[in-house]
Amino acid sequence: MSVGVPMKYVDEFRDPQRARRLIAAIHALYPAVGRPLQLMEFCGGHTQTLLRYGIERLLPEGIEMVHGPGCPVCVLPRERVDGAIALAARPEVILATFGDAMRVPGSCQTLLQARAGGADVRMVYSPLDALLLARRHPEREVVFFALGFETTMPATALTVLQAARQGVGNFSLFCNHITTLPTLRTVLDDPDMPLDGLLAPGHVSMVVGMQPFVRVAAHYRLPIVISGFEPLDMLQSLWLLLGQLAAGRHEVENQYARVVPAAGNTPGLEAMARVFGLQAAFDWDGSVAPEASGVRMREEYAHFDAGRRFPLPGRQTTMPAPPQCEQVLMGRLHPQACRHFGSDCTPAAPMGALMVSAEGACAACYHYGDRECCA
Amino acid sequence: MCLGIPACVVAISDEENCLALVETGGVRREVNMLCVTDDTRPLSSCVGDWVLVHVGFAMSRIDAEAAHRSLELLAALGEMASELPAMDREPGPYEASGE
Repeated sequence: MSVGVPMKYVDEFRDPQRARRLIAAIHALYPAVGRPLQLMEFCGGHTQTLLRYGIERLLPEGIEMVHGPGCPVCVLPRERVDGAIALAARPEVILATFGDAMRVPGSCQTLLQARAGGADVRMVYSPLDALLLARRHPEREVVFFALGFETTMPATALTVLQAARQGVGNFSLFCNHITTLPTLRTVLDDPDMPLDGLLAPGHVSMVVGMQPFVRVAAHYRLPIVISGFEPLDMLQSLWLLLGQLAAGRHEVENQYARVVPAAGNTPGLEAMARVFGLQAAFDWDGSVAPEASGVRMREEYAHFDAGRRFPLPGRQTTMPAPPQCEQVLMGRLHPQACRHFGSDCTPAAPMGALMVSAEGACAACYHYGDRECCA
Repeated sequence: MCLGIPACVVAISDEENCLALVETGGVRREVNMLCVTDDTRPLSSCVGDWVLVHVGFAMSRIDAEAAHRSLELLAALGEMASELPAMDREPGPYEASGE
């Protein structure tokens, strides 16, 4: 936060002195593991913290952090952006979405470019703001371009339930939510990507709870730590992972207990279950298709599904994302090892979403890659 | 999009729609409290609580005790880490006395 006001539950988890001691503890523990490690942080928010604070370069040399696919706009296939642009092009439609989604390249342009071309695209902070737009503009159709993992799904679901309760007929979702576990399993089933441990996404866990990760840890014999997002959270989580590896354990530990209840968020899960069902397949970035990680609105709420209310363009993309994007997304290629990185692909002229979003591994590497440690 | 902001509930603004006013870093905003309230923890009991806010919704009540435990653990870990290099060193004549 750049506001000069002290932030409770933030500042104390950024204390540089404690960070240095934790790093020393990690170095002291690592020899007990005694082999090179590949550890994945699934969530793009974690990638950002690792790079922003220069944590990666302070870890023992044998530890490699693999950046995972947990970036909502990065897993979005290009034709979904094309779909949003096609919706926004309809004269009756106001298309509302989060700021991150506006700069993601579709096949030909971004939503921001579509807006410059005359489409009515509005940036909102919350799906509730989109619903408010619908109530203020009864003569228009407001479509919310909904994306994100389970962290944002309860908010979208509760907004649909509120729209139904209030009888708002001119509000709908272009639903592009995606679920975490199938996405994670795609990564873990990749034989080219053997992982020794996982930092699980703290805010997804806050919604889904610990249990889904317990099954993953048992099935893949993988040590997992649910981690918070501040530097001390992540360092403590890495230390806990090393502890499991040194002892030969593979369990789920909850470093982020101040926010993550073991059972998750019941009202949020109930709202999600009422509004959404799982979709059979949802291609992301063209070719990878994690089984059933896509989300579809239930029949009872079909009236709020923009995908069913408006015709959408076909699935073919005129210009697919570069193949390197998928490699980076799946953790197989380090962003800086991509031949486009920093040359013909930059945040100002991105070839893929990974270079756009604050949670994208390429954008994080670009902004913070050469930064010295701030801890 | 997955990042949340800790904020303190300062007032209930709309009981019927389960909305409250929260403040963080000097900024105030109305948020939906449906995910952090139930029969045992009604909206009226939330003022003064810290919540984690995502896209206009309070998604978790921050457990002050858990945060405190986490920081204590970190402090203990820090002490241990600062002692480890000392354990590696040959004790000098004055260090061995335990002073």
